[in-house]
Amino acid sequence: MESGMLHIGISHYLTLSAILFTLGIFGIFLNRKNLIVILMSIELMLLSVNINLVAFSSFMNDLAGQVFTMLVLTVAAAEAAIGLAIVVVFYRNRRSIEVDDINQMKG
Amino acid sequence: MTAMPNLVPAYPEMLLAIAGMALLMIGVFRKQDSTGLLTWLSVFAMAGAAALIVNGPQGPVKTFSDMFVVNAFTSFAKLLTLSGAAISLLLINSWVRKEQIARSELPIIVLFATLGMLMMISANDFISLYVGLELQSLALYVLAAYHRNNLRSTEAGVKYFVLGALASGLLLYGSSLIYGFGGTTSFDGLAAAMASAPEHHVGVIIGIVFVISGMAFKVSAVPFHMWTPDVYEGAPTPITAFFSVAPKVAALSLFLQVLAGPFAPLIGQWQQVLVFVSVMSMGWGAVAAVAQTNIKRLMAYSSIGHVGYALIGLAVGTSDGARGMLFYMLIYVFMNLGTFAVILSMRVKGRAVEDIKDLSGIGKTNKGMALALSILMFSTAGIPPLAGFWGKYFIFQAAIEAGMVSLAVFGLLASVIAAFYYWRLVKIMYFDASGDAFDAPDTATGLIMTACSALMVVLFIVSAPFIDAADVAAKALSFG
Repeated sequence: MESGMLHIGISHYLTLSAILFTLGIFGIFLNRKNLIVILMSIELMLLSVNINLVAFSSFMNDLAGQVFTMLVLTVAAAEAAIGLAIVVVFYRNRRSIEVDDINQMKG
Repeated sequence: MTAMPNLVPAYPEMLLAIAGMALLMIGVFRKQDSTGLLTWLSVFAMAGAAALIVNGPQGPVKTFSDMFVVNAFTSFAKLLTLSGAAISLLLINSWVRKEQIARSELPIIVLFATLGMLMMISANDFISLYVGLELQSLALYVLAAYHRNNLRSTEAGVKYFVLGALASGLLLYGSSLIYGFGGTTSFDGLAAAMASAPEHHVGVIIGIVFVISGMAFKVSAVPFHMWTPDVYEGAPTPITAFFSVAPKVAALSLFLQVLAGPFAPLIGQWQQVLVFVSVMSMGWGAVAAVAQTNIKRLMAYSSIGHVGYALIGLAVGTSDGARGMLFYMLIYVFMNLGTFAVILSMRVKGRAVEDIKDLSGIGKTNKGMALALSILMFSTAGIPPLAGFWGKYFIFQAAIEAGMVSLAVFGLLASVIAAFYYWRLVKIMYFDASGDAFDAPDTATGLIMTACSALMVVLFIVSAPFIDAADVAAKALSFG
């Protein structure tokens, strides 16, 4: 073993997940293009949480985190389905899914 | 092979789940429109669940590997949520008939949302909390976009979905940090871990901040309130009524369950956050409402303000505070349902109107409706002899007894500002020149309007049993 070899510890996983989570949040707020990107950002946030949970679960030798991950994955699928359905009905009325076109109500 | 869990505490939830699936079958296989039938069956299912809660186990019972808890607090919150949901369901039913957008899945989605609320109230673990919360939220996103040929309704759905999903993400990220740094997702396990060394939990505290942000979104507290006015304005009116009562009670109960449960020892860490959120909500709810012209937006800001008052009860961190908060929510539910029953009756020649100036002069043309709305508005402002006064009284009393006098004073100031726009409605109704008279309200809406405004007077006179019930419920939490 080379002594300088990088040891991947829990902090690396946590950093990766924090970066992905932040990217997800920024994707929601800074995105001015369209709604699909927002859906992707939401998915990114949930997946970063999964990395967190699995990393903790593996480092603590505790299965609860992985059970949680399975549930999060399931719920994320349902959430994506409902999100897409809402985007479709919105598109039918507005003929656009640009973020700037979601402007019927102020605020 | 593990033993079968004790199912008795979960009977109310199981009843709702089974009823939901059975009603779905009726809705699918029955040829004619079954919205009315399914509404009544859903209301009966909710009444059945309430009966099971009243007759079920009251003492602290845990089941499903301690993921699910039933105690006096959860029973109180569940009964309140169920009554809010059942009454809104009746309002929804008569409204969709008039607008001719009745579809049979509507009461079933409300039923599933209610099931999610009951599950999150009973959650004793971050996993069950998340699943219950998502069941509720996903059903609510669909409800916001229910009027699917209407641009505003679908836009409300989009906004609610995006911000709600963001809130769920924040809450989930917080739970993952709490799991990692606290070592478990179970509330009992966390309570034991937090009690031992409260000062060594930086990771957990960061997690709690995320969880508070997520829940503040769900209860629409400032600074996470921006979805509320748009969603309230865009969603079909009776669904807005539903949004403003049942999910609020459930999410505020969740707030109590989490912060006054496992994280009660860390009160020094989260108290300032709660004080900040509560002060901002009261202030912004009062100030921003003044400029509104749409009555649904007005109600959105009003509900933001109410959440601020209710959160005082949590911020003071005492059992009396929790009692005040529960009692406040009890009054708030009926006050809001009554107000929405009036708003739903604002129809001119069969067309729904929702501008504040449409109310002008109805003191002469629609005497009953004007009287009901005046009672409800005075109650909302907290003027005796109406129940809203006791709601604020017990909250402020708890704050003063806990030594947080400035919080109580700020609450009083905010309620004076808020009183301005509640009184403005009364002034518009009685002193402005009359416009078009409203159509007579239908039976269900009229009854709910009358009953809720009468209840404001009744609850002022006989408040003691309800305060006692709220007291018993608050004692079940782990605040001293």
